[in-house]
Amino acid sequence: MTQTRTITLTVNGDSVTRTVPVRMNLADFLRAELGLTGTHVGCEHGVCGACTLHVDDAPVRSCLMLAVQADGASVTTVEGLADSGRGAALRAAFTARNALQCGYCTPGMLASALDYIDTGGSADRAAIREHLSGNYCRCTGYQAIVDAVCDVIEGRVTA
Amino acid sequence: MKAPDFRYERPASLSEALALLAEEDATPIAGGQSLMPMMNFRMAAPALLVDLNGLADLAGITAADGWLTIGAMTRYAALEGSAQVMEGVPLMARALPHIAHPAIRTRGTLGGSLALADPAAEMPAVLLALGGEVVVEGPGGPRTIAADDWATGLYETARAPGELVTAIRVPLAAPGQRFGFHELARRHGDYALAGVCIAATGDAVRVAFFAISDRPVRAPGAEAALATGDIDAAVAALADLPIDGDLHAGPDTKRHLAGVALRRAWAEATS
Repeated sequence: MTQTRTITLTVNGDSVTRTVPVRMNLADFLRAELGLTGTHVGCEHGVCGACTLHVDDAPVRSCLMLAVQADGASVTTVEGLADSGRGAALRAAFTARNALQCGYCTPGMLASALDYIDTGGSADRAAIREHLSGNYCRCTGYQAIVDAVCDVIEGRVTA
Repeated sequence: MKAPDFRYERPASLSEALALLAEEDATPIAGGQSLMPMMNFRMAAPALLVDLNGLADLAGITAADGWLTIGAMTRYAALEGSAQVMEGVPLMARALPHIAHPAIRTRGTLGGSLALADPAAEMPAVLLALGGEVVVEGPGGPRTIAADDWATGLYETARAPGELVTAIRVPLAAPGQRFGFHELARRHGDYALAGVCIAATGDAVRVAFFAISDRPVRAPGAEAALATGDIDAAVAALADLPIDGDLHAGPDTKRHLAGVALRRAWAEATS
């Protein structure tokens, strides 16, 4: 017998109420229940970073959080990240720098990079690499990703 | 994979949480950054998941009588943002950025790390080097356990069934006290291959290694040698330290890496 709970949360600015199995993680909830398939699921144990998104404005692995634990929270997925000026600038910089190849890591990469920028990170490449070290790009496109983050921090790309 | 099914409760008080944890096969979940992977792998399959995230009273930092008391549900991100921790417990401040990645530190908690007692985790070793304490509470009331007595084996602690870690206590840095920290990992954020924490006050030196045994361990031989400032003798004394290999490195490699980490941490402590 599967236990369910009714949760109400904000997703990309909209209030959402759904009844979910308690065992369902946040990533699966967003993808399967809300159709927000921009959140990608890779390893499902918190290592690859593909499912990283923002909960209450802080980066979180959505495979390591239950949907029921997001009750009352404000979730921002990649579909909503570009609503902020810096998020839009980051998206533009990723496009300009060709900072995505297959695109699988991109939603998580954007969430981690935006957190770095929003918390006042500098254009120091080593510091950017350290902050993004929990996000794997299996196309190994890291150079262009760091370039794109630097472009936004140094104001070369704006929304 | 996905977590197997379970019953879920989110208690609003410590007493309610303790009553739930008295039930058969109940597991508390704090930040969930280790438990969720274990459930997704189905290495853990609790019948009842007791979510501690509703217990606001268990999070927070207070200073009194030369000690910092940190609520078990205080998250790493909150510790990183705390001036009390950054200034009062520099060894912890130094180790925090080495815990996985920012997204993990958003959710992960200090109490969860101590309760899990992963042998490669930084915080249990930090607590051991500082001579800190773990406060637990069960049906019989609260009790305090010294860091030296906390880890009892691989993922085993002095916490009794039905008890919950409620707080971690660390002494504030004394004037002139020196600290060193170093860990060797293959990639930033990975579990360490070997790591060490040093807390030195005059000729009293505490050295705690992690990721080289089934639990964080002190190194009495190295401590005695460092009390006289002899780092070469301290590294040589690691020959007597029981060291376990793991999937990534055998005991000889780990012993070598422990020596490298010790030299670097000591250089930091004495710079």
